Amino acid sequence: MLLNGVRNAAIALGRATGMNEMERTMALSLRESVHLVSDPGNLDASVDEVFHLMLGVRCERAAGPPEVEPESVTAVVGFGGLLSGACVFRTGGLAAMKIAQQMTGMEFTSIDDIVKDGIGEICNMLAGAWKGKVPGLAANCGLSVPAVITGRDYNLHVQAPEFQLHHAYRFEDASFAVTIVCDGLQ
Amino acid sequence: MSEVRTLIVDDSSVMRKIVERALRQAGLDALEVREAGSGTEGLEMLKENKVDLILSDINMPLMDGLEFLRQIRAQNLAPGVPVVMITTESSEEHVRQAIQAGAQGYIRKPFTAEQVKERVLPLLGKA
Repeated sequence: MLLNGVRNAAIALGRATGMNEMERTMALSLRESVHLVSDPGNLDASVDEVFHLMLGVRCERAAGPPEVEPESVTAVVGFGGLLSGACVFRTGGLAAMKIAQQMTGMEFTSIDDIVKDGIGEICNMLAGAWKGKVPGLAANCGLSVPAVITGRDYNLHVQAPEFQLHHAYRFEDASFAVTIVCDGLQ
Repeated sequence: MSEVRTLIVDDSSVMRKIVERALRQAGLDALEVREAGSGTEGLEMLKENKVDLILSDINMPLMDGLEFLRQIRAQNLAPGVPVVMITTESSEEHVRQAIQAGAQGYIRKPFTAEQVKERVLPLLGKA
């Protein structure tokens, strides 16, 4: 339900965005370029770019899923336009506070509004960086504002995506996962 | 260096703080910063305060950064004041729209303090 709302907001944004002739031509071939759009290297490069520039840390791919914490924080940014879907960033509560601390220089002892805001912005920048790496997608795919979910024992499920990238990463003792879900490609 | 009165508009309070920190790291130690969480709030602040520099996000709820910029120009709220857009949107189309709306600079998130320095200081005659 939340994913649909976020995605619909992004679709509206995508429609509002103008498209010139060259971009339209590139856009027409986007479906044929699905191997470029779903290149896992783009996600790794986006994570490295965002975390290195905004937090000053280098992340490495983790072999398994992120460490499970009782409480987790998930941010969702919807894609709309030529590609519809979402970028989902999920991390544990302690890791969320560590990420927010690296971003702001402030200490956190709970998942307050600033922590949630910071995680939402990380997801927003990841979504923007990721779509910016695919020619024809940057200008023709809108982003929704981030939605942030906190809690325990929940799962996000997307039915029959066109493609999905799911990578886990870690820096120092913090781990997180980033998922790109594409459920429509024009 | 005289104080630079700066308005930072972003729906993320974390990003507003990061932008302020980047400005200080860029050498603008003497800053008087006002913050707005939306374009609407930013317009209200400009009606009551004079500023020397405006930095705004684009993708915001209620009123996005491009509409905020158009309203600044339409209402002549900050004549001659440079506006720099700071946003995750990086396509040439978005840059063109921002320049058409009256922006003098464009910085893509994520960014470094060095990029902020390169794009902002020349607009203030401090390069």
